[in-house]
Amino acid sequence: MSVTSDTAAPGQSPALSLRREAEGAASALPPLLVAAEHLAATVQMGAHGRRRAGSGEEFWQYRPAHAGDELRFVDWRRSARSDSQYVRQREWQLAQSVHLWVDDAASMRFTGAESGRKARVTKSERARVLGLALAVLMVRGGERVGLTGPLAPPRPGRAQLMELAGLLSREAGVQDYGAPEIAGVTPQSRVVLLSDFFGDLGPIEAALGRLADRGVSGVMMQVLDPDEEAFPYDGRTIFQSMAGGLIHETRKAGDLRARYLDRLAARRDQLARLARSAGWQFSTHHTGDPAQAALLWLYSALERGR
Amino acid sequence: MWMLGPIGFTAPWLLLGLAALPIIWLILRAVPPAPIRRRFPGVALLLGLKDEEVQAARTPWWLLALRLLALAAAIIGFAGPVLNPQRAVPGTGPLLIVADGSWASARDWPRRVERMTSALKDAQQAGRPAAVISLADPPPAQVSFTDAGALIQSLPGIQPQPWAPQSFDAANLPEGNFETLWLSDGLARDSRAGVLNALEARGPVKVWQPQLPVLALGAARIEDGALVVPALASTIPPSPRDVAAVGRDPAGIERELASQPLQFTDSRETELRFDLPPELRNRITRIEITGMRSAGAVSLTDDAVKRRKVAILSGARDREGLELLSPTHYLHQALAPTADLIEGTLADVLTADPDVIILADMADLPEQSKLHDWVEKGGLLIRFAGPRMANADLDADTLLPVQLRAGGRSLGGTMSWGDPRALAPFPENSPFAGLQVPDDVTVKAQVMAEPTPDLSEHTIAALTDGTPLVTRAKMGQGAVVLFHVTANAEWSTLPLSLLFPQMLERLAVSARPAAPEEADLAGQTWVPQKLLDGFGRLQDAGAAAGVPGEELAKAEPGPKLRPGIYTAEDRSVALNALPRGATLSPASWPANVPVEGAFEQREMPLKGWLLGAALAALLIDILATLALSGKLWGPRAMKAAGFGAALILASFAPPQAHAEDMDPARAIEAASNVVLAAMPTGDAEVDRVSMAGLKGLSQVLNRRTTVEPSAPMMVDLKNDDLAVFTFIYWPITADQPAPSPMEYAKLNRYLRGGGMILFDTRDADIAGFGEATPAGKRLQALAAPLDIPPLAPIPDDHVLTRTFYLLQDFPGRYDGTIWVEAPPADAERAEGMPFRNLNDGVTPVVIGGNDWASAWAVDDRGMPMFPVGRGRTGERQREIADRFGVNLIMHVLTGNYKSDQVHVPALLERLGQ
Repeated sequence: MSVTSDTAAPGQSPALSLRREAEGAASALPPLLVAAEHLAATVQMGAHGRRRAGSGEEFWQYRPAHAGDELRFVDWRRSARSDSQYVRQREWQLAQSVHLWVDDAASMRFTGAESGRKARVTKSERARVLGLALAVLMVRGGERVGLTGPLAPPRPGRAQLMELAGLLSREAGVQDYGAPEIAGVTPQSRVVLLSDFFGDLGPIEAALGRLADRGVSGVMMQVLDPDEEAFPYDGRTIFQSMAGGLIHETRKAGDLRARYLDRLAARRDQLARLARSAGWQFSTHHTGDPAQAALLWLYSALERGR
Repeated sequence: MWMLGPIGFTAPWLLLGLAALPIIWLILRAVPPAPIRRRFPGVALLLGLKDEEVQAARTPWWLLALRLLALAAAIIGFAGPVLNPQRAVPGTGPLLIVADGSWASARDWPRRVERMTSALKDAQQAGRPAAVISLADPPPAQVSFTDAGALIQSLPGIQPQPWAPQSFDAANLPEGNFETLWLSDGLARDSRAGVLNALEARGPVKVWQPQLPVLALGAARIEDGALVVPALASTIPPSPRDVAAVGRDPAGIERELASQPLQFTDSRETELRFDLPPELRNRITRIEITGMRSAGAVSLTDDAVKRRKVAILSGARDREGLELLSPTHYLHQALAPTADLIEGTLADVLTADPDVIILADMADLPEQSKLHDWVEKGGLLIRFAGPRMANADLDADTLLPVQLRAGGRSLGGTMSWGDPRALAPFPENSPFAGLQVPDDVTVKAQVMAEPTPDLSEHTIAALTDGTPLVTRAKMGQGAVVLFHVTANAEWSTLPLSLLFPQMLERLAVSARPAAPEEADLAGQTWVPQKLLDGFGRLQDAGAAAGVPGEELAKAEPGPKLRPGIYTAEDRSVALNALPRGATLSPASWPANVPVEGAFEQREMPLKGWLLGAALAALLIDILATLALSGKLWGPRAMKAAGFGAALILASFAPPQAHAEDMDPARAIEAASNVVLAAMPTGDAEVDRVSMAGLKGLSQVLNRRTTVEPSAPMMVDLKNDDLAVFTFIYWPITADQPAPSPMEYAKLNRYLRGGGMILFDTRDADIAGFGEATPAGKRLQALAAPLDIPPLAPIPDDHVLTRTFYLLQDFPGRYDGTIWVEAPPADAERAEGMPFRNLNDGVTPVVIGGNDWASAWAVDDRGMPMFPVGRGRTGERQREIADRFGVNLIMHVLTGNYKSDQVHVPALLERLGQ
């Protein structure tokens, strides 16, 4: 089609071209956030505001001082405007910080069905969406959300969501299996770990221990592809890890199924035991299932742990 | 060529490759099936697991066997195996090819020519001189050997003849010793032995003879009213053939009139009966074995099978009890066996259209003019004299060959005879010529002809004193014959004699017996009309010479007496290729003569079969390998299988219905009213919304305007004739399939014909029709093949702003600008006009992204399906959207009418002046 018009001529307005560029640049970012927002919108939040006095930074109310109030709590400026003394109360703030760790290792980039009618997203995509959706919910509830790493300390507000979305949309790591980075976790905060936990359990165990020492509680969610749960393979096969680091060759993959499933169950048991001992919560989510259920579980698990 | 039993190999050394098979077996055995590589994160959990079975590392033995089988089949196939190869044993010396060349060899003549050609080619390569002799057409002088290559060129000149091999003078054989190849027609013949001896005396003789039975048909005859054809076979043929009776239909077109299966059961001779009505039977000209090109398979029919319809009338009243005195008694006796007799009054008889009418002693003909017409058209009228005729006044009778004197002549009458007179021998030009005149036939009385100069010309039989006994005159295409005596024994003994039926037969009144006796044919010259060639085709004889009847009766067909149809006067005789009384029996050859059967062992290359088997084995191997490595039953394998099945189905699918096959009911419905149509997108939800939107718009139009559209339709681009649609709404989705080229041609025709398409990207025109939105991209791709004029954002004074409502914007659920055909560059506002005079026609496309269908869409209860904007502002926007829809349809229907309206003041002003 040929288009001739004043506005579409080569000398088009700078605003239009800027808009186009912006759309192109933002193309990668919004889908994750939109998906997360979309997912978060499906969760109906219960009453969340803690509308009462408590320790916090925001002003809540002045109340008449009564016996037992220390003098230093009296707000003299307010008291001076009347005959009685007033105490300045602050709103009780739930200074909860939530740290997300979304495993970005190569193993998360797996999906058992890349295309076709029953295509599934990769584990990584699902974990990111879950993490960001949780962040959306938390931000909406007024809490601070950040990553476990040093890059994004917990902050409130929607601006933080954009930042998180940017960080989560980054290129994935190159190592086969990920281990949580907990350098940025502040004491008494909450941590959400989203991974397939196929890697060495040692680092995970150590991280959990250190976090428990700091009084941090949290949630672990194992994100698996249905193929990893079913092991629908047969025949002579060379299994390779996603980054290619590990190789296992078998002549009859079908024979390995039962033993693989046993090991998977054992791994899950171990993880659950680990979580229990640290006072954490553990669950498994399959990419073949809808994400809402997982998000709901994550959200309520965080609520429970509070 | 190297032979292994009945199989020969053209490249036998390739078979050495079979020796490599055991080595390949060992190699294949050592190589396990190739593994699949899979990326799988769970491999961390697999590490350290051991396989339970080690056996699968090796390829199973049956798979190995299959592969070796495929390989072996390929090796053997390429070695060029041939079943029953023709082994040519090279001969020495000159080569003589003797062909029977008879009618029996015509059916497989091409094969014989092929055999002769191959033999001559071999001879040419070996540098042997050769000669060819056809026994049916024997050479008149001694044959000499010539170059075999030159003989190949002359082979087409040798054709099978429609007769048996003729006698051959051994002296005409070439000089010296030679090798002989005798192409036998497979029939036993007495003459064979002599020729064979003469040939064997000069060198080895090889016989080439097909094993198929030779079939032939004999002469047809009539038996109990049915047409009977004898059929002969040299040996009992395994499968039945069809025999067809061929003749001209009433329209004169030659066609098959009847057909019968020919089946030999026990005997080598059988008879076929065609039970046909006389009308049909008389039309038959030949009977042939269908699909057999041989003169022997054709039996020509002649008078012998033609039964004439003969009407016999007499002037005398029936006298009970006096059978022998009845004037027609002897006629009945003579004709009943060989003709179909009709009796009745002359008027009745004429309607039956007989071939011959015999009037016995009738003088006053009641229907003379009709009878005259009948004779003129080819009828044969035979009259017998009698007392009535003798005494009648015959001046008015035109149906007499000669003028008669009043009163008869009888013994002791006015012209008295001393003795009864005998018959004179028949003259040469008489149809009776050649018949023997018995002595005992005497004539006692007769009617006399007036002596006129042409009397002798008309006389075809006379008494010894020269007075005419039988006279004849041509009349038109027919003839009138008068016997000057009675038809009973009153005046003469002629009806009592054998001569009487013979004379009737000669007059072609009665049919003659199947095999014509010499006496039947003698005395006449028979001229060939049609002649058979060796392949059984009838050809015009041209100027072929006539044959005396005696020869025709007894001689066998040969070069001098070619088979065909011979006629003399009104009679015809068929001479068939198969001599009368001949029998067929298979030829038997002495044991020392090698007989080469042409059909028993045909050369059959096996290469294709073996290579096909190898390919099939490899295909099975592929499936087996897939099954072994677990790839046969995966999701991907299923997909591949599905794809393959779809491919196979697609190749068998019936050709797609031709375009423009719009269902008539649907076409009438669409054409009988304004119908808004939507283009299907493949997305069910979008399609549902467009239909609901068009429904809503139709309701709005119904309520507010005089346009009352029918229910909207979904366009079926493939089958529909788009001309019946007024307006097409085309929502764009990102993954919409593009129309086919033919459908694009339709769309272009629709746009050129004044149709309108409203493209709706439904994306609020975010990107200003750049490539930023998927729908925008798709729109560009979809619209590229369409004939769309230059576009521009709609100008403020476009006619679309005022076709019904006055509008400034055109919202749907969104409110973006829309694009229409660009105004001409030179459009200027005329003085005093509120609008420029823009396009003359209707813009063919309107493009926008405002998601109009959603704004228009109503559900079954007529309520809006989707919210538009917020609150009352939103409702206002929906109203404007509806108004845009109204304006758009008005624009489609009225074109630039509103544009013209702006000129009205100026026009009125002019008219006022």
